[in-house]
Amino acid sequence: MKTIGYIIQKEFRQIFRNKGMLPIIFVLPLLQLIILSNAATFDIENIKFSYVDQDRSSFSRALVENFEASTYFNVLQSFPSHRLAYEAMEKGEVDVILEIPSNFHTQLIREQQADLGVYINAIDGSKAGVESVYVNQIIKKFNRNIGISAIGSYPQQNQKIEVLNVPSFWYNNTLNYKIFMVPGILVLLVTMLTLFLSGMNIVREKEIGTLEQINVTPIKKYQFIIGKLFPFWALGLLIMTVGLLISKIIFAVPMIGSIPLIYLFTSVYLLVVLGMGLFISNYTDTQQQAMFIAWFFIVIFILMSGLFTPIESMPGWAQKITLLNPIRYFVEIIRMVMLKGSGFKDIIPQLAIISGYALVMNALAVWSYKKTN
Amino acid sequence: MKRFIGFVKKEFYHIFRDRRSMFILFGMPVAQILLFGFAITNEINNVEIGILDKSKDHETLKIINKINASEYFSIDNVVENENEIEAVFKKGEVKAFLVFEEGFAENLHAFHLGKIQVITDATEPNTANTIVNYVQSIIQHYQQELNRTSAPGVQIDIQTRMFYNAELKSVFNFLPGVMTVILMLVSAMMTSISITREKELGTMEILLVSPLKPFQVIIGKVFPYIFLSIINALVILILGVTVFGMPIEGSLILLAFETVLFIITALSLGILISTIAETQQAAMMISLMGLMLPVILLSEFIFPISSMPDILQYISHIIPAKWFIIILKGIMLKGVGLVYLWKETVILVVMAVFLIVLSIKKYKIRLE
Repeated sequence: MKTIGYIIQKEFRQIFRNKGMLPIIFVLPLLQLIILSNAATFDIENIKFSYVDQDRSSFSRALVENFEASTYFNVLQSFPSHRLAYEAMEKGEVDVILEIPSNFHTQLIREQQADLGVYINAIDGSKAGVESVYVNQIIKKFNRNIGISAIGSYPQQNQKIEVLNVPSFWYNNTLNYKIFMVPGILVLLVTMLTLFLSGMNIVREKEIGTLEQINVTPIKKYQFIIGKLFPFWALGLLIMTVGLLISKIIFAVPMIGSIPLIYLFTSVYLLVVLGMGLFISNYTDTQQQAMFIAWFFIVIFILMSGLFTPIESMPGWAQKITLLNPIRYFVEIIRMVMLKGSGFKDIIPQLAIISGYALVMNALAVWSYKKTN
Repeated sequence: MKRFIGFVKKEFYHIFRDRRSMFILFGMPVAQILLFGFAITNEINNVEIGILDKSKDHETLKIINKINASEYFSIDNVVENENEIEAVFKKGEVKAFLVFEEGFAENLHAFHLGKIQVITDATEPNTANTIVNYVQSIIQHYQQELNRTSAPGVQIDIQTRMFYNAELKSVFNFLPGVMTVILMLVSAMMTSISITREKELGTMEILLVSPLKPFQVIIGKVFPYIFLSIINALVILILGVTVFGMPIEGSLILLAFETVLFIITALSLGILISTIAETQQAAMMISLMGLMLPVILLSEFIFPISSMPDILQYISHIIPAKWFIIILKGIMLKGVGLVYLWKETVILVVMAVFLIVLSIKKYKIRLE
């Protein structure tokens, strides 16, 4: 026990002595949490909209006014011809073009039927889908209004059967993205920080040559690993605590569930990440190799965690791969507990998986540390 | 010149001798592009939803069958009263519930109005919104079938055309992003580490007293990485085209030129980091912790920049990845040339020059 205490003391000293690293450890992640959480939104607003009005009637103007009144659209300009509008789209200045043909008004009056052209930049497919829905909504509304006012003929309207669909958004009824993203981004930052630090730790001693000195001491393998693990574990919990405070104070993220439960999960989770880092560190020869491997895993973990894109959308085999991703469980849990108030019973499966994971990773870390070359 | 070539050779030996790093450097982008090309998508399918049917008549049954038949949803959970919904949500598997009011079919026929409530777990707002939209369109379809007999009023037909990505494939949007993230991080990380490594191990001093000029040392160190990054870019592009059917509408030469330009920008960023960082550890933390999330989040890789707050939109201008993604999408999907992309190109050139000048200025040729 005393031996472990000394190793821990040594590690802490090394962390705090390195003045260049302190801001990277303490300031960088929290700054990113505050700034970048604002970036992660799928809300589609300020859609770059323009139109080609070849009709120039009171109808076409009224239709354009409907778009101007909408908060989703940012009506930029009107183009005299389809070709110019299309060029603007190629330049990336415009994302949605509405084309009103020259006989729009007369056709509506005479034949009660008219066409409108909508052209959407669909490189971002899901964004294009939403834009198309918004455009349709506005035109449908316009359609209904002129049906009632200008032409004034809806005799059968009362007989139409209607199915009313009332959406109700639980746990986040304003569909606020920050509530959803902040806990997840906090999880990412804590994971990255602890994985990189632990991943570089032992291999650095190897590279500098100080590991040999430790190898000739009577320190046991498990003592060494625990001594290396604990400082980063404490660091991770500290960053987590500050991060939670920031989420509460700056972003007003609700914390419905029990905070101790989050800490329980975090403390087990950090063991997984740190065990993984130490294993990488033991396995590699240079810090460069260690970082490449850590980087490889962290990019996969981040993009397959369900944080930015939903796991349900992935193909079946990819969903199975995510079962090996510790970040996936943490993101899931922190959202469940903080936003929905899930209790201990609800998170037992995830907690069990993470505990097993922690055991395996740390066993590997101890096993892969060889005192002889 | 001969000395310089000798130095470059030494660098190449250094890199290629380290088998493990080589394997990672080439294996990683391949694995990542394949994995992400298939897995990163925000299309929704097979979402598990639950049903609370208080009416249980032939109309609700029809709607439930329609929902179940759609590729978007699979019905997973049937509950008997409202109190159970909360418990199911808390377990986190079911994302939405469809609640039919009592006497749905009677209301529909007697009052021409039936009510359905869609309760979603909105902890993931995007999914929640999409689910509601899909349910809405299925119900609308059903409603149209019910109303088929009655005559329509004034009708505006909307003809929507989706440009550049007619099938709304997620992979076309994400692939340029994945390529950018990989190139950016690999290039910046590799150079920053390799220079600080010489500093930390003390071999930098040996290089500095050699007859090579400091900028020759730097260029010599960066040169092999330009080569490696170009190979990486090629591999990613070939995979994108062959495996994912990504089109390259525009000019290949322009694409190659822009890619090299971006690689040089990323490498110069790496050099700059190495002039600031004293240890490999610091260099890696800056290039990984400092670059990873900003590059992923502020480059329009996943999230649309136009929806972000103004300050972040301004910050995004200094992220080289953002401009490169615009260029990639322009050349590959829109098929436009330099006439449309000159602004982005000039910005990248300016960034590269600025970073190189700055790092030459900060580069210390004396010991402290």
